[in-house]
Amino acid sequence: MTAPAPCIRIAGLGKTYPGQSLPALQAIDLDVAQGEFLALVGASGCGKSTLLRLIAGLEAPTSGGIWLDDAPVTGPGPERAVVFQDYSLYPWLTVLENVRFCRSLRVHTGNASDSQAASAVERSYALLDVMGLDAVRDHYPNQLSGGMRQRVAIARALMAQPRVLLMDEPFGALDAQTREVMHELILRLFEIERSTIVFVTHDVEEAVYLASRVVVLAPHPGRVDGVHTLSLPPPGERHPDLKLAPELLQWKKTVLERIRATSGVQHDLDKLNRLAELSRRRTPT
Amino acid sequence: MTGVASFWSIRGHLGNSAYLALAAAGFTTFLAAWWMLAASGLVDPVFLPTPDGVVRRLAMWAREGDLLTDLKVSIGRVLGGFTLAAVMAVPLGIYIGSFRPVQAFFEPLMEFARYLPAVAFVPLVMLWVGIGESAKIALIWIGTYFQMVLMVSDNVRQVPMTQIEAAQTLGASRGEILSLVVFKSALPGIVDTLRITLGWAWTYLVVAELVAANSGLGYAILRAQRFLQTDKIFVGILLIGLLGLVMDQGLRLLHRRAFPWLHTR
Ligand SMILES: Nc1ncnc2c1ncn2[C@@H]1O[C@H](COP(=O)(O)OP(=O)(O)OP(=O)(O)O)[C@@H](O)[C@H]1O
Ligand SMILES: [Mg+2]
Repeated sequence: MTAPAPCIRIAGLGKTYPGQSLPALQAIDLDVAQGEFLALVGASGCGKSTLLRLIAGLEAPTSGGIWLDDAPVTGPGPERAVVFQDYSLYPWLTVLENVRFCRSLRVHTGNASDSQAASAVERSYALLDVMGLDAVRDHYPNQLSGGMRQRVAIARALMAQPRVLLMDEPFGALDAQTREVMHELILRLFEIERSTIVFVTHDVEEAVYLASRVVVLAPHPGRVDGVHTLSLPPPGERHPDLKLAPELLQWKKTVLERIRATSGVQHDLDKLNRLAELSRRRTPT
Repeated sequence: MTGVASFWSIRGHLGNSAYLALAAAGFTTFLAAWWMLAASGLVDPVFLPTPDGVVRRLAMWAREGDLLTDLKVSIGRVLGGFTLAAVMAVPLGIYIGSFRPVQAFFEPLMEFARYLPAVAFVPLVMLWVGIGESAKIALIWIGTYFQMVLMVSDNVRQVPMTQIEAAQTLGASRGEILSLVVFKSALPGIVDTLRITLGWAWTYLVVAELVAANSGLGYAILRAQRFLQTDKIFVGILLIGLLGLVMDQGLRLLHRRAFPWLHTR
């Protein structure tokens, strides 16, 4: 088997926000293969969102670069769709109008005889159907539950058949049950759409259950701690039972240990002990 | 009782009919207090007419005087000055709220200008444009424009960055982002800004009509003072209040009609 051609190439990537002394990201080298489901995890503030925003073209790197199919990324574009955690839907548009927002679709040119436009219209209905949003097509986003809103956001991102789907904690604001449902949905979509997915999450179980590779970032400055290629069935063939399977739990443990080792947990423990010491002193004996 | 409990709960719910009943009670209390004070004889009727005296004067003004002309003239001036200010302020506000260089250039200037006392411009305006219609329009414009620009730019800055970034990743051009996202997202706030500044436009209209006019409600109030017609002064003041209230409610209705997504749940 030959290695699939890299879809995204990240080389020597660094990012320092203006006015900050410490870089948010430093010397990141990473290849994302075509059709891969990659998860980014790491302690809070390690630069996961920054890396995703750089790939999306919403931030400019201070050093190094990112290439999509050998073309340098210089700004945002519909071939790299983004699903944000929250507040990205347009509240004045209905579900259907939100899904059809993408400007590169010919839907907006108003040429009814256009075959491309016709297929985009068809695709929008099909996507809403898959997402279980058929009944709420003409609702406004604020009439929907959080889970439904994220489904609209995903449908909107998938509309233009992006090369890459970038997701920043897309299920972070959802309850546990809704999240389980969304996991199955995103795996099925991944199988159907065959796009490359880069998925940022706080939830290690979510990362190892969904992804084929997990990248652990270490903070201060943000850098790659390690890349774990999971010895699990391909994402398209996974089922909820796997969440309790020993091999998955083993991967969860491995990744969690790396995150703990790279984050300031020990530091925090010292602070807690100091606080406990102060509390003891104040207690009258 | 849940009714009583929710009545006084913070940001609690109040039914439509209860709201209307309380609003009517508020007005009734005000009228009753006014009537009692006027009827008690404690205050000279020259200073405080009775409510029914005011209503009679209103009828007389409408029947024998030029109430309708005065009303039309005043409403025309307010809408003229206000529309001119809005048409000029909204685009600039959108640009200030969207582009940092535009903000840097205009915002401090506007902040300065809005503290210039509009009323003190009256002599200048009369020197520049005389006492014709343009004088009233100019004063209303001076009194509302700068505030409007700053408030609209604030409305625009409230647009969540995520909405703008989502549009960028969906292939929208800069112009499309401004017209399809920033403007649409800020529009309900802009309508609220217009509703609030419309109230100020009325204030400056009266100022202009008090000092430099020979028609309109403000001028009528001034003339009534010369003839010690306190009841007519009252009619003028109350009419202006009522007109403001009607326009305000009109814009609120427009808000509910034009932005259903804010009012459906
Ligand atoms: N716009 C910004 N300006 C300045 N510093 C920033 C900005 N955005 C992020 N940072 C800093 O860069 C570092 C990385 O932030 P980032 O949001 O990428 O982390 P993260 O891994 O996504 O964190 P979290 O898990 O909390 O979402 C942090 O130290 C953060 O404070
Ligand atoms: Mg983040």
